[in-house]
Amino acid sequence: MNALLLLEQGLNGLQFGLMLFLLAAGLTLVFGIMDMVNLAHGSLYMIGAYLAATLAQATGSFWIALPLAMAATALIGMALEAGLLRRLYERDHLSQVLATFALILIANDLVRMIFGPQALMLDAPRALAGTIEIIPGAPYPAFRTFIIGVGLAVAAVLYWLIVRTRVGALVRAGASNREMALALGINVKRLFTLVFGLGAALCALAGAMLGPLLAVQIGMGESILIQAFVVVVIGGIGSIRGALVGALLVGMVDTIGRAFLPTLLRGFLPNNIADALGPTLAAMAVYILMAAVLYWKPTGLFPARG
Amino acid sequence: MADRSTQGWLLAAVLAAAVAFPFAAEALGAGYYVGVATRVMIYALAASSLNLVIGYGGMISFGHAAFFGAGAYAVAILAQEGVVSALVAWPLAVAVSVACALVIGAISLRTRGLYFIMITLAFAQMLYYFFLSLKAYGGEDGINLAARSRLPGLDLRDETAFYLLVLAILAGCLYLLKRLAASRFGAVLRGIRENEGRMTALGYPTYRYRLVCFTIAGGAAGLAGALIVNQHGFVSPSLLDWTQSGTLLIMLILGGVGWLYGGVAGAAAMLLLEEILSNWTGYWKLGLGIVLLFVVLRAPGGIGSWLGGGGGRG
Repeated sequence: MNALLLLEQGLNGLQFGLMLFLLAAGLTLVFGIMDMVNLAHGSLYMIGAYLAATLAQATGSFWIALPLAMAATALIGMALEAGLLRRLYERDHLSQVLATFALILIANDLVRMIFGPQALMLDAPRALAGTIEIIPGAPYPAFRTFIIGVGLAVAAVLYWLIVRTRVGALVRAGASNREMALALGINVKRLFTLVFGLGAALCALAGAMLGPLLAVQIGMGESILIQAFVVVVIGGIGSIRGALVGALLVGMVDTIGRAFLPTLLRGFLPNNIADALGPTLAAMAVYILMAAVLYWKPTGLFPARG
Repeated sequence: MADRSTQGWLLAAVLAAAVAFPFAAEALGAGYYVGVATRVMIYALAASSLNLVIGYGGMISFGHAAFFGAGAYAVAILAQEGVVSALVAWPLAVAVSVACALVIGAISLRTRGLYFIMITLAFAQMLYYFFLSLKAYGGEDGINLAARSRLPGLDLRDETAFYLLVLAILAGCLYLLKRLAASRFGAVLRGIRENEGRMTALGYPTYRYRLVCFTIAGGAAGLAGALIVNQHGFVSPSLLDWTQSGTLLIMLILGGVGWLYGGVAGAAAMLLLEEILSNWTGYWKLGLGIVLLFVVLRAPGGIGSWLGGGGGRG
C-alpha cells in the first residue's frame, strides 16, 4: 500500500513539475536572452487559463478551446513585447520590476472587469474524466496522466527546437552572449518577439492544463510565478535544460514533502512537534532547496553564460 | 536645486507642518486622516530602510517584507504571551529582525544580480510559510493585538500621541540614514556599489560592509513592523507575502532610489494614490498600475528627480 502511495505521489510530483516547466521555459528564455525580470509572466498564465475556460464554455469543447487560447495568449504576449516590454530591455532591473509589477496590477483588474470577480470553472474533457490503471491495481486519474504526456511531449519538442534547429541556435547564442549575437547580425528584435510569443503560448497551455485541477481565479498567477522563478534560478538563468531539471526537482520536493514529511518526522520526533513542524517544513522545502542550491552553486545548476 | 540654508528652512517647515497636522486634522473633524498619515510614515520608514540596501548598498533585495513582518510578528507574539511594554517588545522586535537579516544576508550575499534578487525572495517566502503554518499564533488568520503596546508617560491609544511618536522615530531614522551616508562607512558602501572589484583591491572587506548594511536595514524594517502592527492592531502572514516586498520596492522606485527622502516620497505618493483611487473606483489597482507604468517610461528617476533630488545615483 505504501509503495502505491509513493508511486501516486511521485506521479503527482512529475505532473506538477512538468507544468512548472511549461512556465519556467518561457521565463528562463526571457530572463536569459533579454536579461529582463518579467513578473508579468504569471499574468499571461492567468489570461491563458481564463481564455481557455471561457472558450471551452462557449464552444463546448476543451479541444477547440485549447489551441485557440494558446494562439490568443501568444498574440497578447507578442503585442505586449512589441508595444511595451521592448523598451525595458536596456533599462536596469529595478525599472523592469516596477513596470512588470504594474502590469500585474493592470492585468488582475482588467480580468476582473471582463470576466467578473468569481472564479471560473474549467472541466476536464469528458474522455479523460475517469481513471486508468498504469500498473494493475493502481488507478490514476486519466487527466493527470494526459498532463504528464503533454508535459513530456512539450519538453521533447522544445529540446529539439533549441538544440537541433536554426532558431534554437540563435536563441542559445542570444542567451550565452547577447552582444555577440547582435554583432553577428542576428535579427534579435524579431527573435525576442517570437520567443515571447512562444513563452506566452506555453503559459496558456499550462493554464488550460492546470485549470481543471486548480481554480481559475484572479491572482492565480502570483503564487505559481514565484515557484517558476525558483525553478529558473535553481536551473540556471537562460538554460532550458536547467529549467527542466529544476522543475522536476521542485515538483518532486514539493509534492513528496507535503505527502510524506509529516509522517517521516513522526519517526524520530514526538507526535505533537512532528505534526506542527511537518507541514511548515514541507511548505518551506522548495525555498530551502533553492537557497541550498544557490549557496553551493551561486549561478544555478546549469549556467547558460560561459 | 536650492542651496543648503533654503533646504534647511524647507525641512524645518515640513517638520513643523507634520507636527501641527494631527491637531489641525482633529480641529477640522478629519481625525481619520491622522491614522492614514501614521500609516504613510510607517511605510516611509520601511521603504527608507530598503533605500539603505538598494540606493546606498546597491543590493536589490526582493525580500524586505520578511524583516518588516518578523518585527510585526515579534510584537504580536510577545503581546499574546503577556509582554505589552513597548520598551521590551520593540527592541526585541528589532533584535529578531536583525538576527533574520544577519543570517539571510550572510547566505544571500554570496550571489549577485538576478540571483541575489531571487534568493532574498526565497528567504522571504520561507518566513511567509513559516508564519502561515504557525498554528499556535493564528496560522493563516494571523493575530489580533488586544491593545497597543504600553509606553510609560505616553498613551499610545491616543491617535495623535502615536502619530507624534512615529513621526519622531521616522525623523530620527532619516537623520541616522543621512549621517550614515555621509560617514566613512557610507563612502565605502558607495565605492562598493560603483566598483566592488576596486574596493576589494584597496583592501576593504566588501562582503562584511555589505552584510552590515543589509543587517542595519533589516533592523530598521523590523522597527517599522513593530509600529505597523500597533497601527493596524493586527498582523497576518500577508504582511510577509512577496507582493508586500514588491510594494516596498515600488514605493522606493516611485520616490527615487538613493535619494534620502525617496522612501518617504514614494510611500506618501503610493498610499495617498491608493486612498484617492479606491474612494473613486473599485478598480483602483488598474489606475495605480497605469500611473506606475507612466513613471517607468516617462520619469525613471521617480519623484526625487522632479524635485532635483536623486542625489545618491550618479
